[in-house]
Amino acid sequence: MSNLFDLLVAGLATGAIYALVAVGFTLLWQTSQTINFAQGEFVMLPAFLMLAAMHAGAPFWLAIILGILLSMILLGLGFKLLLVDPMMRHGVLPLAIATMALAIGIKEAVKQFFSAEASPFPSVVPTGDISILGHAVSLQSIGVLVVAILAVVGLTTLLNRTSLGHQMQAAAQNPTVARIIGVPVERMILLTFLINAFLVALASLLITPIYLAKFSSGEVLGQAAFIAAIVGGFNQVRGAIAGGLLIGVLDNLAAAYVSTQYRAAVPMMFLIAVILFRPQGLLGRAEERTV
Amino acid sequence: MKSTLLAGALLAFATATSVHAQAIKLANVAELSGGGATVGTNWKNGIDLAIEEINAKGGVLGRKLEVTHADSQSNPGVARAQVQKALDAEPYVLLGPGYSGSVKVTAPLAAEAGIAQIMGGEAAELTQGGNKFLFRTSFGQQSSMPKVAKYIHDEMKAKTVAVVWVNNDFGRGGRDVVIKELDRLGSKVVADLSTEAGQADFAADVGKIKAANPDAVFVYLNEEESARILKELKRQGVTAPLMGETTLIGQKVIELAGDAANGARGHVGLTTDAPVDQIKQFRERFSKKYNYVPDHNGLKGYLAVYMVKATTEKMGKVDPKKFADTLHGLTIKAADEPGILMDVTFSDTGDIDRQSFLVEVVEGKQVVKQVLPKVK
Repeated sequence: MSNLFDLLVAGLATGAIYALVAVGFTLLWQTSQTINFAQGEFVMLPAFLMLAAMHAGAPFWLAIILGILLSMILLGLGFKLLLVDPMMRHGVLPLAIATMALAIGIKEAVKQFFSAEASPFPSVVPTGDISILGHAVSLQSIGVLVVAILAVVGLTTLLNRTSLGHQMQAAAQNPTVARIIGVPVERMILLTFLINAFLVALASLLITPIYLAKFSSGEVLGQAAFIAAIVGGFNQVRGAIAGGLLIGVLDNLAAAYVSTQYRAAVPMMFLIAVILFRPQGLLGRAEERTV
Repeated sequence: MKSTLLAGALLAFATATSVHAQAIKLANVAELSGGGATVGTNWKNGIDLAIEEINAKGGVLGRKLEVTHADSQSNPGVARAQVQKALDAEPYVLLGPGYSGSVKVTAPLAAEAGIAQIMGGEAAELTQGGNKFLFRTSFGQQSSMPKVAKYIHDEMKAKTVAVVWVNNDFGRGGRDVVIKELDRLGSKVVADLSTEAGQADFAADVGKIKAANPDAVFVYLNEEESARILKELKRQGVTAPLMGETTLIGQKVIELAGDAANGARGHVGLTTDAPVDQIKQFRERFSKKYNYVPDHNGLKGYLAVYMVKATTEKMGKVDPKKFADTLHGLTIKAADEPGILMDVTFSDTGDIDRQSFLVEVVEGKQVVKQVLPKVK
């Protein structure tokens, strides 16, 4: 029983990170019909930006700030202006393929300029345990969960409770009408790209101390988050969050109770079942678009 | 005057050719570039150092040693081509490669040519195929795992053990031998966990270890995965002592795992930190010549050349055809041949038996805690 509790906590912590990444998938899809297959690499890169800042002599806190800012410039602004905008007019599929190429490009660049070997990455959360309901739970798991939950709560508050959020919703649901009533649609779309870049940088900060900084570490994450977004509902932020948590827990339980060799297959089978029986995702709505 | 000059030139030519003819030619094929560049460069430098020392003392049976170096680019295909080229030049002995995969594809070539091959690979299967010309410079898994199992049973007093291994040839090979040995000694394997190469998340695996509550955990993964599981073991508060091989307590693992590596123990066949005078002196000479501290591959290359010297002196002649036969079953004592660094015995399969070391990570540093004696 204590084993199950540990697995649930570890699964939720990993799942919370998947959720952050999956939310990014949803945001980009909702506002600009971009399926970003480089999302995993987007999580890998900020850690290296932070490491580069630290190698240049910056303290960890400054490296975090620089890393997040650089990510927002490169993976938010740069991604939109240099890749999405020029490719968008050719349709969804060429853009999706272009993001696959981008993924390869980012990976190879990191390998070239940094190293093919893994590097250690400091943790923002101190190591140690606290006791919850008589179970020792690591501070790191709790820290990851808390930061991820705060980010998600902040995001949903922004989207649902503020004027800015309402404008983003409007831009996503019906850009033409939104434009007519004076919503700066282009700026709203750019904002979602910046939010996505912020979320992946945050995910990077949380996951890299556990997975280590390595050029290839985005592959697993990108795939897990993509599955999470589809399972939860590609057109709902809350769906992506639920999907992320679910996949995180499912992955851990599968590894423990089914088989380590098949751990990657279980979320995939779940994905197939969802596509067959509830194609809009667990919390998604058919044919509706909202952020 | 003219005739004196001519005679002098002839004499010089004759001397040069006779020295050349007398030199014993060795061929080295190693990972000098690519992913294994650290391995191959250390190996090559070890060879060069040994040859320099031996030649300075008059060579082997009065003949100098010469070596040619070829680069396998860490690629088994290139290694095969380079070994073929090296064998065409009819060397006395072939040295290298260091990677087990490259050894696997080149060993049949050397065997066919009847040339002894002294290599750096450690995969168990290399010496199990009945190749009569292949020799190790370090332990294969079938030699190291019994020592590991004995340590877990005798010294750690573990009645129950969790075994975590990586699901590839390396991991499976080690796992099979260690489980057999633990079983023979009476330690019960309560968790037998396979993990994938490149696996990032070890939460579930460590959860299983925790549930099995073993007296000791044996970890047999590659370096990066070792670092990840060490961090996860610490995160989930597993306090059972950890035992592994070089891949658990290597410098790279310590760098990646940080604090989490402290307390981990590992069996190491060769280390330049060993409390053995000859190894300390080797390390000093190597560092002086190359300006860096060698790893165990530097030791392996160095030993390979001294294996050639000791075997040839045992035969009393330079005979490539008899070399392998002579080395089988041979014990070389460090007292007789200081260059061999530690007493070593070669089996009929080309495997070695030698003392080894138990290393513990203490405050981020490898500390040799114990010297483990030869098996026989």
